[in-house]
Amino acid sequence: MIKAILIFNNHGKPRLSKFYEHYNEDTEQQIIRETFHLVSKRDENVCNFLEGGMLIGGSDYKLIYRHYATLYFVFCVDSSESELGILDLIQVFVETLDKCFENVCELDLIFHVDKVHNILAEMVMGGMVLETNMNEIITQVDAQNKMEKSEVSLTLFDIYS
Amino acid sequence: MALKIVKGSIDRMFDKNLQDLVRGIRNHKEDEAKYISTCIDEIKQELKQDNIAVKANAVCKLTYLQMLGYDVSWAAFNIVEVMSSSKFTYKRIGYLAASQCFHESTDVIMLTTNQIRKDLSSPNQYDTGVALTGLSCFVTPDLARDLANDIMTLMSHTKPYIRKKAVLIMYKVFLKYPESLRPAFPRLKEKLEDPDPGVQSAAVNVICELARRNPKNYLSLAPLFFKLMTSSTNNWVLIKIIKLFGALTPLEPRLGKKLIEPLTNLIHSTSAMSLLYECVNTVIAVLISLSSGMPNHSASIQVMKYLGLLAMSKILKTHPKSVQSHKDLILQCLDDKDESIRLRALDLLYGMVSKKNLMEIVKKLMLHVDKAEGTTYRDELLTKIIDICSQSNYQYITNFEWYISILVELTRLEGTRHGHLIASQMLDVAIRVKAIRVFAVAQMATLLDNAHLLTGNVQRKGICEVLYAAAWICGEFSEHLDNPTQTLEAMLRPKVATLPGHIQAVYVQNAAKLFATVLKSQEGNTDSTAAQETSQLMIDRLPLFVQSANLEVQERASCILQLVKYIQKLQQKDVEIAEEVIALFAGELNPVAPKAQKKVPVPEGLDLDAWINEPPSESESEDEQPRAIFAKEEPKHSRPRHTEVDEKELAKRREARKQEQANNPFYIKSSPSSQKVYQEAPGVEHIPVVQIDLSVPLKVPGLPMSDQYVKLEEERRQKDRADKKKKEKKKRKEKRSGRGKRHDSGPESEEDITPAHMVDIVTEEMPENALPSDDDDKDPNDPHKALDIDLDKPLADSEKLPVRSHRAAEVLKSPAQDGDAESAASQEPKKKSSKEKREKKKDKDRDRKVRVTCLQHYSPPPSPANHTCLILSSTSRISNTISPSTLWVFDDKKSSKHKKKKQKKEKEEKEKKKKKKHHHHHHHSDGGGEESVQNGTVEEEEPLPVSRDGPDQVNDIQGNLQDGSQVVVSVIFENKCDSFLKSMEFNVLDSLNSKLQRPEGSGPHDGLTVPFQLPPGVSNEARFVFTMQSIITPQKLKGTLTFIVKDSSTHEKLDFKLHFTCTSYLISTPCYSDAFAKLLESGDLKCSSVKLEGVVMPFHHLLARICFRHHFSVVERIDSCASMYSRSIQDHHVCLLVKTSGQTVSIDAKCDEPTLLGNVLDEIKQTFSQC
Repeated sequence: MIKAILIFNNHGKPRLSKFYEHYNEDTEQQIIRETFHLVSKRDENVCNFLEGGMLIGGSDYKLIYRHYATLYFVFCVDSSESELGILDLIQVFVETLDKCFENVCELDLIFHVDKVHNILAEMVMGGMVLETNMNEIITQVDAQNKMEKSEVSLTLFDIYS
Repeated sequence: MALKIVKGSIDRMFDKNLQDLVRGIRNHKEDEAKYISTCIDEIKQELKQDNIAVKANAVCKLTYLQMLGYDVSWAAFNIVEVMSSSKFTYKRIGYLAASQCFHESTDVIMLTTNQIRKDLSSPNQYDTGVALTGLSCFVTPDLARDLANDIMTLMSHTKPYIRKKAVLIMYKVFLKYPESLRPAFPRLKEKLEDPDPGVQSAAVNVICELARRNPKNYLSLAPLFFKLMTSSTNNWVLIKIIKLFGALTPLEPRLGKKLIEPLTNLIHSTSAMSLLYECVNTVIAVLISLSSGMPNHSASIQVMKYLGLLAMSKILKTHPKSVQSHKDLILQCLDDKDESIRLRALDLLYGMVSKKNLMEIVKKLMLHVDKAEGTTYRDELLTKIIDICSQSNYQYITNFEWYISILVELTRLEGTRHGHLIASQMLDVAIRVKAIRVFAVAQMATLLDNAHLLTGNVQRKGICEVLYAAAWICGEFSEHLDNPTQTLEAMLRPKVATLPGHIQAVYVQNAAKLFATVLKSQEGNTDSTAAQETSQLMIDRLPLFVQSANLEVQERASCILQLVKYIQKLQQKDVEIAEEVIALFAGELNPVAPKAQKKVPVPEGLDLDAWINEPPSESESEDEQPRAIFAKEEPKHSRPRHTEVDEKELAKRREARKQEQANNPFYIKSSPSSQKVYQEAPGVEHIPVVQIDLSVPLKVPGLPMSDQYVKLEEERRQKDRADKKKKEKKKRKEKRSGRGKRHDSGPESEEDITPAHMVDIVTEEMPENALPSDDDDKDPNDPHKALDIDLDKPLADSEKLPVRSHRAAEVLKSPAQDGDAESAASQEPKKKSSKEKREKKKDKDRDRKVRVTCLQHYSPPPSPANHTCLILSSTSRISNTISPSTLWVFDDKKSSKHKKKKQKKEKEEKEKKKKKKHHHHHHHSDGGGEESVQNGTVEEEEPLPVSRDGPDQVNDIQGNLQDGSQVVVSVIFENKCDSFLKSMEFNVLDSLNSKLQRPEGSGPHDGLTVPFQLPPGVSNEARFVFTMQSIITPQKLKGTLTFIVKDSSTHEKLDFKLHFTCTSYLISTPCYSDAFAKLLESGDLKCSSVKLEGVVMPFHHLLARICFRHHFSVVERIDSCASMYSRSIQDHHVCLLVKTSGQTVSIDAKCDEPTLLGNVLDEIKQTFSQC
């Protein structure tokens, strides 16, 4: 199970937080801060796994992260997930974002966090991996965006008719 | 209306959207909090508007603010509104917001059940998808129970997109509602072979998650998974399956052999590193195969190093030998700059130590401790060293002197948090290893002597815990001390007063023990001045502790001070008192196993719940008992007055005490086995103890010396070997002919290493007859425990998912499930009522309250799953509360006799979401108290005027309508007083229309006996059946409950009223708008209307109130106009059209029964006239 997915930048500013278990807002912020603190002090050339976050999980949980330019993508998972599998999943996630936003950068995530959530929802559902095939994910995301667009134009149509 | 929409859209253009909000926050870096608070105010304004687009935009912004750490739970209701929008765009925003901030205790969740159900059955697959995704984040036990069946249907949806989501969410449903696992499992299994790989993967995912916790239940799926493993090409699925096999193989060893071939195939063929790793992990191959199979670049080396160590820790569990050969490699990893890798390596070391390499490994670790000054890693190292040494009852330690000196060395660490850990180790070793005590005491004495080194600065605070152990050991085993006087002096230094209180207390107590020892040694001398000097020392120094602010220290010190003063007096008279003083501390302390108390078996014939004496009445217990205790015990506690007790006398007493203990059933005796240890162990004297040159270890502590033991150990082992050789040579000489060659050249095996000390590790004591049990460690709170369910048993008929609503039953049309719904439905109220009981317990501290709560439960024949319930309480007021999702009605009344009312208001914010419909005042209108509603329960408490001793009762009545005319009312009687209640009789005065069903042969006015008695604080449930002729008018039934309070043996009577409102016969039934239109067109409905003036509440609140209180469901809502529908238990259709303009609400209603309609409208009017 995935317990939480966090994206924050090099200064620890949260860009996306998705918790699959309930914490109150203060605890969530504390977790984000702690995770940033743990992850940011690690060198670029050390391994991508980290144990010992105090707040989230416990001995059974690991932080698995990747660092892309200005952003950290951190997954907190338990032992039922394959470590390398999750690393691949992060890669798929980022590539999907790249396709959907056309050359994704931090600004896209800042202004369209809702869209990032929608993309993530097609990959991970309730803490479990739903889909790993990038094409399938993009198809579904596009179809939903199309629906949204048609609804918007319908509304406009309503107004002006 | 069109104008309004246009206006709304124009408004919207001026509203901030999410991007504007983000931009604004970025532009207000200095006063971000202030800016956001103005934004939140704007959002609040936007949420008040009727335009759903504006609301959705506001909710979208709230979702962003939630991520920044702002609490947005206040908007929960608006989120539900946006969720229920018919437009996908808004629905998605609503569900996203819900998934981010809803959780089990969000109260509006129960309002979402029908909406989610509607979305799940939506013709648009993305509506369903969005609902499933949202639900996966906030599913509650109630939602899981209500929706399990709908989701199960979706598992066979035509679209794979829906199927895979439905399959995946089932895991969450199982967690929240374990009863669903067995009925749903066959279909889940089916999905393993779904044609769509995504669905397949989801099913594998769910089953792996389930099997991880309870693997044995899933062994039967092994062949299926085996097939999948050879056929699937999806790496993700393969990884999951391989991980699953890893969990299954230990349970079924035959699997291992079968797996080898496909696994090796995969290892050779796959290019995915992740899959390779998992294969290797599962196959439990060694590190070498890993490193050979991986490409060489540096980041990946770190990754593989970590994973390799992880894999090795798994191998270690089964094949420790093969890992031990990599010891050097692992020790190297300790030097790695990456902390994750170092910690993993430490973990591994823990598992690999043996008698042979323990000293070496710990030596290496000690070096690291020195290097890692001042980091948390060092603390980790310290705990690991202690863990490694103490694991499995010190089984790897051959030389405890070495271990003690390691512990002493560890005390040099500055700023560690683990002082208490070291201290407890010292105590443990000193107590349990008899042979080491001499050495330990000597070391501890030096520690105490140099205590100033440990307490010198603030940073060392944690470590001074060690002094606690040192002082205790020196005191307890003071007979082994070389120079007790010096130690005594060290313990009484003024500096000690700066230590924490609990340590000082130990100091004082053990100073007394030492004092006793010193006295004894000095009394033998002819010169008595030495002894008196010691007493004087005590008398001089102890006042320091008497002044301590710590109570414990103070108390002990003043006791001992007086004792010493007395002793000094006797000394001046030349009386020999050493023996008696020693007797104060005589007796040996044995270690007791932590679980010992729990394991004491209950002797036959002993009933722990029975009273030994009948509990005395309160007045007695206060003044009589204590006196009796003191009178009895006084002689025992008095100090021994005969000072000239001789040795014989003492021995006799000790013998007598032992005898007494042996016969005393309450004294935990040492088990026979541990007694054996004491008796049969040849005693400390007979142990071949290596002579220790005390000059060597007794350097100033703080200098490393454990190394010497490593050398010593080496020498000893060599000597041993040499001895053996000699012996063997001798043997050979003696038996030249020789039977065969014995070779001693090979590496020494584990058994060859003889411990330096014959160490008797005293086993911890356990009570006799203690049963070995392994259930001690299980965590009862583990949510996965509930899922430990046998899945291979065929499904019983009763194990079907509950079908709750009419619609679900209509959609399904499955006859089997209809049949079961009844049983499912009958389970539910029980759950509810237990919840209510829990709530009531909160108020239990209130004395003398009467509450008759009545829950009625109707279930009409075609799909008997809806229920309503009434809570009745013996009050003069009646109110109904109905929640749209649960359909519970609560009625309560107050009998007019009662004068004072105490009512508790709980959680007011909940109140606004639940509305009262009507509120009748009977008899007198003295019921002016307010009322609070919480989770659909009406709480009322008041003093009971009926009886002096005050038997309290709570009666929950729940009813179940089997057909159109029968109601089953189940009453929960809760005795809240502290007397026993018996002979309860329940009677209701029948009316023309409704009758209490009585057993055949009894008269129409006979009461029904409640088939149980009630001890204090106990509750129980009884059921009564009512027959109803007509349901078109509301009814009140008067009733009485008679009972006998045991001690007074008089009949007590409790009056109550059951109120059946017309509303309570309605069942919220969802209705599609087209069916609704047809119904209105059909023309056989009568019309009626009502106008409500002065209603000042938002329209959605108004609707929610009607839904909640009067069991309607909204069919359609267009701005300030809504159509609603409900159905009675006798199949009357009730349709409403609610319109609002300003403060006027007009309700046009149609129904095929005008009387019923009139009454329902009256009740609605009543609800709103009260607010």
